[in-house]
Amino acid sequence: MESFLSYIPLDIALIAENFDRFLYGVWTTLNLTVLALVFGGLLAIPMAIARASRHPVLNPLIWSYTYVLRGTPLLVQTYLIYYGLGQFEAVRQSWLWDPILSSAWWCALIAFTLNTAAYTTELLRGAIVDTPKGEVEAAIATGHSYPSRMRRIILPSAFRRAIPAYSNEVIFMLHGSVVASTITLQDILGVGRWLNGRYYLAYEGFITAALLYFLIVFAITRVFRWIERRYLRHLARRETGTAAEMTPDPTR
Amino acid sequence: MIRRTFLTTLTAIGLATFAAPLVAQDTLRIGVEGAYPPFSYKESDGTLSGFDIEIANALCAEMQRDCDLVEQEWDGMIPALKARKFDAIVASMSITEERKRQIDFSAKYYQTPARIVAPKDAGFEGTPEGLAGKKIGVQRGATHQCYAEKMFPDAEVVLYGTQEEVFRDLTLGRIDVQLSDSLIAQESFLSKDEGADYAFLGGDHLDVECYGEGVGIAVRKGDDELRDALSAAIAAIRDNGTYAEINARYFPFDIYGGRPASADAATN
Repeated sequence: MESFLSYIPLDIALIAENFDRFLYGVWTTLNLTVLALVFGGLLAIPMAIARASRHPVLNPLIWSYTYVLRGTPLLVQTYLIYYGLGQFEAVRQSWLWDPILSSAWWCALIAFTLNTAAYTTELLRGAIVDTPKGEVEAAIATGHSYPSRMRRIILPSAFRRAIPAYSNEVIFMLHGSVVASTITLQDILGVGRWLNGRYYLAYEGFITAALLYFLIVFAITRVFRWIERRYLRHLARRETGTAAEMTPDPTR
Repeated sequence: MIRRTFLTTLTAIGLATFAAPLVAQDTLRIGVEGAYPPFSYKESDGTLSGFDIEIANALCAEMQRDCDLVEQEWDGMIPALKARKFDAIVASMSITEERKRQIDFSAKYYQTPARIVAPKDAGFEGTPEGLAGKKIGVQRGATHQCYAEKMFPDAEVVLYGTQEEVFRDLTLGRIDVQLSDSLIAQESFLSKDEGADYAFLGGDHLDVECYGEGVGIAVRKGDDELRDALSAAIAAIRDNGTYAEINARYFPFDIYGGRPASADAATN
């Protein structure tokens, strides 16, 4: 029995014993990821509209922002905010330091938000620019002003078409959130590293972390599949026969 | 059939002749950290330096073996040893029961106690009660993580990748105190400008469960020959004065037997 037990590669009891820590890690990962996606998404909408316009100042300005943020690793951005800013006496004396920049959680949230905002901006810009010409012309013909057709026609259509690409961004952001563990936060990977540090068992901590990430990604893809079914119904492949019925008869 | 046997024999002889000298001259790969001054750090030109590094080189010279120093981040040290990225770890690794389940250790090559460092005007005690609700910074995966979580259950233990990050966040005020080796704290923080406003809080912390029997050289389980050779080499450099010579370059007192007897033990 002894020798048989030694062949089991995982210390399941240890994982079970510390599972509340992992659940706390899930909570940290999820709140960071979700809040970053919400704030990043809100930032991205006006930036994407500006990027899709030919505004002589805003367009290049936001282009530089997205270019720099997408051209540097998230880890570097997080280090710059967490370790870099803290180096300056002026920052440490300012009102920003005590509640916000001295906290690892806020530093991570700021870095993640700025990062995902850059990616989402470019993704949305693409969707806005690709709006079928006919939809825009129809909006103009029916007397919609620029703000009105952006709000009523272009954005709703662009959001729908951006859904599949955005689901990737959500998953990338979740995966990117492991960076939080490098600035002392106990996210899912942070707990895995804690377990490794405490008991010197790398496999137990990291495989549990991997499984938890996998389950979250699985849930995310399920949610997006439902959203796509609901909002992209007009793009889905139809059952045989229906297509002909839906097409207007040109000879009528 | 005969031919095959002959060939097999020939191959066996060939292997035996070539294998023997190859094993003897095989380069010994030693895992080191490079971010734990004054034991292990990088000079401005990128070369490795420090007490651990010099001890590793002295042991190799004593054993008359070629050595290759392999840099490895601390929390991946034991997995890398087990994955045969290197054959021994000389990285100020304390001998503990938990680690002994994974790896084997040579005899100790030094032992210093752990102490807490806090701002001079901290206004609280370095006791479990005094540190309740406070943030204690420690290096992740080190023995200090074990001790901090065991001794200070009401404090928040904040984990860092390297000791340098712990000191930096202590000066930035992100943590209230830090727990580390007393010598490390003295040499690389308290004696420097950035550590001017900080001091030791409370006495020595010694704990066999977490801190073990001192600092040894880790080898893979079952690598008894290498382990014994390293232990013998440590004894040899203690005897022939090489150890004292290296010790004197880094520390004001002999670190082999721990701190002077005057140091009071807060716990055991």
